[in-house]
Amino acid sequence: MPDAVWGFVAGFIVLNAVIGLVTYVTLLERKFAARMQSRVGPYRVGPHGLLQPIADALKLMMKEDVIPATADRPVYNLAPLVFLIPCMLIFATIPFAPGLGVADLNIGILFFLAVSAMEIVGLFMGGWGSNNKYALLSAMRAVNQIISYDLPFIFAALVPVVLTGSLRLGDIAAAQAGVLGWYVFFPVIGQLGFLFYLIATLAAENRVPFDILEAESELVAGFRVEYSGMKFALIQLGEYAHMLGTSFLGALLFLGAWAGPGPAWLGPVWFLLKALFVFLLVTWVRWSFVRIRVDQILAVSWKLLLPATLLLLMATAVVVALRGGAGA
Amino acid sequence: MDPEARKVVEMGYGGSERLTMNMGPQHPSAHGVFRAILQLEGETVVDVDAVIGYLHRCHEKLSETLAYTQYPTIASKTDYVAAMTSELAYVLAAEKVGKIEVPRRAQYLRVIAAELQRVASHCLWLGTWCLDMGGALGGGATVFLYAIREREMVLDLFEALTGARLLYGFHQVGGTRYDVPAGWARQCRETVDFIDRRIDEYEDMLEQNAFFLARTQGVGVISRELAQGVGVSGPLIRGSGVDWDIRRAEPYSSYQDFDWKVPVEQEGDCYARYRVRMVEFRESLKVVRQVLDGLPEGPISSRPGVKSVAQVRVAKGEGYARVEGPRGEVGCYLVSDGGAKPYRMKWRGASFSNLSVLPHILPGHKVADVVAIMGSVDPVFGEVDR
Repeated sequence: MPDAVWGFVAGFIVLNAVIGLVTYVTLLERKFAARMQSRVGPYRVGPHGLLQPIADALKLMMKEDVIPATADRPVYNLAPLVFLIPCMLIFATIPFAPGLGVADLNIGILFFLAVSAMEIVGLFMGGWGSNNKYALLSAMRAVNQIISYDLPFIFAALVPVVLTGSLRLGDIAAAQAGVLGWYVFFPVIGQLGFLFYLIATLAAENRVPFDILEAESELVAGFRVEYSGMKFALIQLGEYAHMLGTSFLGALLFLGAWAGPGPAWLGPVWFLLKALFVFLLVTWVRWSFVRIRVDQILAVSWKLLLPATLLLLMATAVVVALRGGAGA
Repeated sequence: MDPEARKVVEMGYGGSERLTMNMGPQHPSAHGVFRAILQLEGETVVDVDAVIGYLHRCHEKLSETLAYTQYPTIASKTDYVAAMTSELAYVLAAEKVGKIEVPRRAQYLRVIAAELQRVASHCLWLGTWCLDMGGALGGGATVFLYAIREREMVLDLFEALTGARLLYGFHQVGGTRYDVPAGWARQCRETVDFIDRRIDEYEDMLEQNAFFLARTQGVGVISRELAQGVGVSGPLIRGSGVDWDIRRAEPYSSYQDFDWKVPVEQEGDCYARYRVRMVEFRESLKVVRQVLDGLPEGPISSRPGVKSVAQVRVAKGEGYARVEGPRGEVGCYLVSDGGAKPYRMKWRGASFSNLSVLPHILPGHKVADVVAIMGSVDPVFGEVDR
């Protein structure tokens, strides 16, 4: 099979797997949240609510697609797609097992970070194109927030890169053989790096306590207040895909990716479980905090997180230099 | 669409830096129906125009057409979150005007109903306020669901007592309509102990949460002068350093028999109001226990049974009675011409006076603070608009 065809096939498989996973990740989140809040969660559609995501998707597909009369139509209609594409593209460079991935680029992590920052374009288009004041305020907040949090996010993600000495995600994963080899167990640096990564992830994904762009108690639903039906579903899909992608990246960078007991073919399963663990950590935070204000969010980023991650990155570089080079 | 028509509805920037944003009456944080027209500079509020009246139901006029036996059930609809205290204000006014004695057992039952109502009302306030700050799907929803769970327990008590869960009709001129059923006191004690433990959990969850503190401390400060000038009452004025509680200043319904503490905080911010209410939770539970311990035997109403609503008459005169509701001073001014219906009634809603402080404190805050401050004021729009 020629390489080009294989690329298409792999891309197709990963894309569909991600979409399927995202629908069920929403169910996982709802069930988990329900347990935290002493509720049951979705229970009626299928056994234990297992068919709920399907029902939700069907509902969203059948809904009327309302376009506000005063919306900037091309921008408004294009925004969900522009938002979705980068969120899906981030899965391209993630290796799910040694050699199993769409494209294990030699600058894999750079590609991931660059593409993941692109989502802001779609967000801003949605907020601007809706011609709604809530959406506009939300879009402004989005730009503020994502610019502020991309730097700490990148710095935190670069810590394992410096430790490994490679930008290729496959190399970073391979460098973390054995449980104690996981970068999260690297003394001090690993734990701090993982913590900063989680915080920056929350902000980059617009999750509580950094969900000021959605902020339903102030801005109703933020930039997507005017979206309905399938366009809303696309935005939702993109958001969860992005969240899942950063969870996979977190599991890969800090939790040893596919490393785990059992035969090698269990690797992807371990990887998925670790990614879901990171996802649940993020969800746990979501249900335990109140949203913080826009100025406070910026203060946390520029005054605390950015210097801290920068120092951590420098400290990592010093440690690596003292050890006489990168790599395990 | 016609391009000319399109131009008209373009956003009204008008070249200036200000944005007019309409918050409500259809808004997730409107706590009922409230419209705030905000003038924004960026995210900062520079001016507020508060519009009320969406829930006006002619309570004062309505009271002139309903007999003294009928109106208490309607009075509970002014502040539907604290129906027990709204009813109480009306019957106290009628008793004051008509110089009607109330048996001690009825007075004690009224206290227990009022204090349980305060607990239920504060539960709802805590839940919705955290919902405002954390969002319907955010962290606040967790506290909301916990608080609602406890509120349901109090509503179960009310259901056993009156048969209703929201609007009770428990009070009547001359006493109460219902006596406690068998086993109620034990159920009540269990509930009180349970909620007492749960309040510890809320405090642990919120007060050690840096984000919660960041959102509430120093936000929405009402100075002592402003609080007294605007005439706010209840937790708001106690949060601003004024030691004022009608239950202690002008004891009604045998409040002088019980021993409790009036919490006062000096800062006047959202956090101070939160602290005041959290202490009130505990103090209310304490009063409930004391009432259960000392509940006297005897009749629950000084009024003989009547066959027609017109048989209950109040002597000619006028008077004002006020009670300390969960949101502050609930007052009722009643004029009687000696008939079976009031000649005129004037209602003082605590939320109305409390809400009028908003235009003074909102400017200078961010949009996110608007909902936090509004939640800390705890308005109920049934009471604002009446």
